[in-house]
Amino acid sequence: MALTREQLAQRVAQEFHDGYYVNLGIGIPTLAANYIPDGMQVMLQSENGLLGMGPFPLDEEVDADLINAGKQTVTMATGASLFSSAESFAMIRGGHVDLTVLGAFEVDCQGNIASYMIPGKLIKGMGGAMDLVAGADNIIVTMTHASKHGESKLLPECTLPLTGKGCIKRVLTDLALMDIEDGKFVLRERAPGVSVEEIVKLTAGELVVPDSVPEMVF
Amino acid sequence: MSGFDKVVGSYAEAMAGLEDNMTVVAGGFGLCGIPENLIKEIKRKGTRGLTIASNNCGTDNCGLGLLLQDKQISKMIASYVGENALFEAQMMSGELEVELTPQGTLAEKMRAGGAGIPAFYTATGYGTPVGEGKEVREFNGRHYILEEAIQGDFSIAKAWKADRYGNLMFRKTARNFNPMAITAGKVAVVEVEEIVEPGELDPDEIHLPGIYVNRLIKGTFEKTIEQRTVRSA
Repeated sequence: MALTREQLAQRVAQEFHDGYYVNLGIGIPTLAANYIPDGMQVMLQSENGLLGMGPFPLDEEVDADLINAGKQTVTMATGASLFSSAESFAMIRGGHVDLTVLGAFEVDCQGNIASYMIPGKLIKGMGGAMDLVAGADNIIVTMTHASKHGESKLLPECTLPLTGKGCIKRVLTDLALMDIEDGKFVLRERAPGVSVEEIVKLTAGELVVPDSVPEMVF
Repeated sequence: MSGFDKVVGSYAEAMAGLEDNMTVVAGGFGLCGIPENLIKEIKRKGTRGLTIASNNCGTDNCGLGLLLQDKQISKMIASYVGENALFEAQMMSGELEVELTPQGTLAEKMRAGGAGIPAFYTATGYGTPVGEGKEVREFNGRHYILEEAIQGDFSIAKAWKADRYGNLMFRKTARNFNPMAITAGKVAVVEVEEIVEPGELDPDEIHLPGIYVNRLIKGTFEKTIEQRTVRSA
């Protein structure tokens, strides 16, 4: 079975380490904050100027001056700090954020990512995504493996305008966890109940299948 | 105004001198920390042909979106312009030119503009449409593109608290682009929630010194929330 949104978020959270500063993109990446293991300290960076983001506020705590990068009202965690957008992106560009998780439309086996524009259809802008992929060493892309029509989103070469070039090394889809090495996808884990054949069929870019591909454990 | 006193008496005075076809650098992120009354004053004045540098362009009925209603903006430099039907319509019809700029690059362009740095190299956007036509240089085996600074004829911004000399404090994530936007404008206009006498703010706690501020005015703010998201107790 393909992973649910919640399972994707849970698998992302398995990449967290104690003491990590993490930037989570809008959507599934944000849900991963709900699965930080007990006893582990992870500080969430919100690129509009907050390090140490807490949960959504109670009704009476709502503050128009305190939002996340998705423009949702939030709270601050203990030990939070506030700063300008320039300071925020200095952290990101300077490589100080330990892990970045974001979504994408397409990823290719050269490590290229397309996530911000579908020409003629969707023109909203890249927000902070280009800075995040260029600045981070440790990035996980979360996405669906294929479109609703069964077209692979893991390609030999991205077809949409790029968000970043040669910067992606790890992709988590609803079917599989893959690394990108030497211009190839390498299958590391598969979703419970999903066969290697199924993943191979839906991966358009070159895919290396090791002898053993364990199922994800939740 | 006398000496270092930056306080002006009205919004008309605050935006005096803004003319058609000028460039305005604006603070704010989404609708958070936007100079809402200064934007309304630009709408009232009817200034046209404006180039605006701001992370977003408000929503249909709020913030910079108000200036789209009468087609006052001819060019927008922004990182994210979703959630705005009017914007999309004017962009598609060609009435509104849009320069999509990565958020960190936009913040740095404003910072550089205010700091006398004409351009800077960044890895952000290399190999993407943003890098097209821009100078590329390699440092330590990595590619970087040259991005030019932004300067405005005016900047409009919102801070929380100020003294009459224009020393500013911001509040929570309403700081965002405001400090850099202020430094990047030839005439920097700031509206705040509270103005105190010089000496009342702890110099150690001032986020932006008054040297960058030309005009200061106290306003009242609606502070519209774009996505009110709560958890249950």
